[in-house]
Amino acid sequence: MTTLPAVSSRRRATDRVMRVALLVLTLIALVPLVLIVYYLLKEGLGAWSKDFFTTDPTGRFLGDPGGIKSAIFGTIVMVALASLIAIPFGVGVALYLVEYGKAGRFANIVRYFIDVMTGVPSVVFGLFVYIVLVVSQIGGTFAAWKGSIALALLMLPVVTRSSEVVLNLVPDSLREAALALGAPRWRVTLRVVLPTALPGLMTGSMLAVARAAGETAPLLFTAAFVFGTQFDLSQRMNSLPLQIFNDVGQAQDRLVQRAWGAALTLVVLVLLLTLVARLVQRRSRLA
Amino acid sequence: MEAGSIPARGGRSALERSSRSRALDPALRWFLTGLAAFVLFLIAFFFIRLFIEAKPAFDKFGYLGFVFDNNWDVSKEIFGAWPLVVGTLITSVIALLIGVPVAIATALYLTELCPRRARQPLTILIELLAAVPSVVYGLWGIFVLAPHLVGPEQWVSDKLSFLPLFGGTVSIPNCFVAGLILAIMILPIVSAISREVMTTVPPQDKEAALSLGATRWEMIQMSVLPYSRAGISGAAMLGLGRAIGETIAVTIVIGNAPNVPESIFSQGYTLAAVVANEFNEAASDPTHRAALIAAGLVLFVLTLLVNALARFYVNRAERGQRSVPRGMAG
Repeated sequence: MTTLPAVSSRRRATDRVMRVALLVLTLIALVPLVLIVYYLLKEGLGAWSKDFFTTDPTGRFLGDPGGIKSAIFGTIVMVALASLIAIPFGVGVALYLVEYGKAGRFANIVRYFIDVMTGVPSVVFGLFVYIVLVVSQIGGTFAAWKGSIALALLMLPVVTRSSEVVLNLVPDSLREAALALGAPRWRVTLRVVLPTALPGLMTGSMLAVARAAGETAPLLFTAAFVFGTQFDLSQRMNSLPLQIFNDVGQAQDRLVQRAWGAALTLVVLVLLLTLVARLVQRRSRLA
Repeated sequence: MEAGSIPARGGRSALERSSRSRALDPALRWFLTGLAAFVLFLIAFFFIRLFIEAKPAFDKFGYLGFVFDNNWDVSKEIFGAWPLVVGTLITSVIALLIGVPVAIATALYLTELCPRRARQPLTILIELLAAVPSVVYGLWGIFVLAPHLVGPEQWVSDKLSFLPLFGGTVSIPNCFVAGLILAIMILPIVSAISREVMTTVPPQDKEAALSLGATRWEMIQMSVLPYSRAGISGAAMLGLGRAIGETIAVTIVIGNAPNVPESIFSQGYTLAAVVANEFNEAASDPTHRAALIAAGLVLFVLTLLVNALARFYVNRAERGQRSVPRGMAG
């Protein structure tokens, strides 16, 4: 047996230095997260109170600025409507890609453009909906449902891409077994493939919902800003991101404090959605 | 059930499907194909409508004039987007210079060095950075990060004032802070895609390096990095696409001054920020509105090009991975 020459001390030192450097850089990457959470809790919890969640913003620059009730309500309503549009649509496109389109030319073109859509900045989606629906005054100018459409456009590629991945995980043996038993194609797709993939589809969709909930730019041009709680989808509607954006622009301590409180609320909302999505994923039989 | 029931009913054989069932097959197929086609239609419509609405601005200032003229003056109704283009480039480059090396380091650490037990929690923490909404980054950036950084920024600015893009007085909202925030925002996606690529490095490659006596770092240098280079480039490009298009956080921390920044520590403006910031005042002024939509269109085309390039790299990396085992088998 021959022994290998020992690793020279210079090489060993380089190895150690680089390992430590990689660790340090990883820890540095986490510093902003820690700081953001720290400041959100420190500034945001101070703003939280019962009134904070149960009153609308008053719009008064001095005096009582009011709470964020309308913003919370608006975010939930608009994101829910956006999900109703984007999730069935996105899952449908993914079903086409996996069950019918496969690796065909048309399917690949669709896939490519879905990827393109993922990269389109959210502000451009907002502009688009603004041009098509707001400027042309279809059903008034700014409206909550237009905000939902902008959010849905944003969610669509995310839902489609994540659904495609999950649907691809459904084993072919299941499809073959159902077809061999004489089930028609549509039945296999809707009754076998879809239910098998359901938990995974939910995970992908909820992550898309979480992303949409935090978006500001598309709502700026579509749902616009308003103080009061609004139940009518054809009127302007407030939302948490817009409320924060507006308050940040005001040089007034109490409004800035409200912004921190609203930011903490928004982050908690997004984290809850993400957490539930992960739990659903864990229970999934696929993957 | 109706498809497979054994006794023949209504004159059709046991193996024949009911007419309803037969009609549903193509129906579902065409419905889903229609949905997919609608996506393509939507994107085409998207582009054309933006172009039509932006046309007045391009007609007035010319395509090149709009992009390259250094004069964005709302009160005089002159719209040359060069300051915005430069601001977008400066902030994105800062984001890449800071964000990409850190993202690659985290990806390497998590895939190659991290103790098994810490891997999952660390990955989740890095991914949490992506869950923070953009407006929250802006809020934190302007009220916490920017004020704390002024001192160090001024010091760097004074020491490096002999370089272009350095020197002068640091303003509190500035391009560097915007770039730094963008670096944090693109980190999770660049890290995630790099990790994905790195986990597909064939173990044989890594074992070969180690068995030849390479240290861990040398193994990373010899096996991991060369194999995942294309994927990492793609990841960085995707990050660049994100950085170019990010709107709200940048609008809050960059200062929104429509001049070509003299230093990275002066106020600036980006294509995305101008749309979000001036949209309200532009609603009643057709030229201004067309100019903002034109800025949006330039942004759209820019991100399209960057993303197309990114996809090309990432897809090539993925294809490369698939063909390697096949090649070795044959």
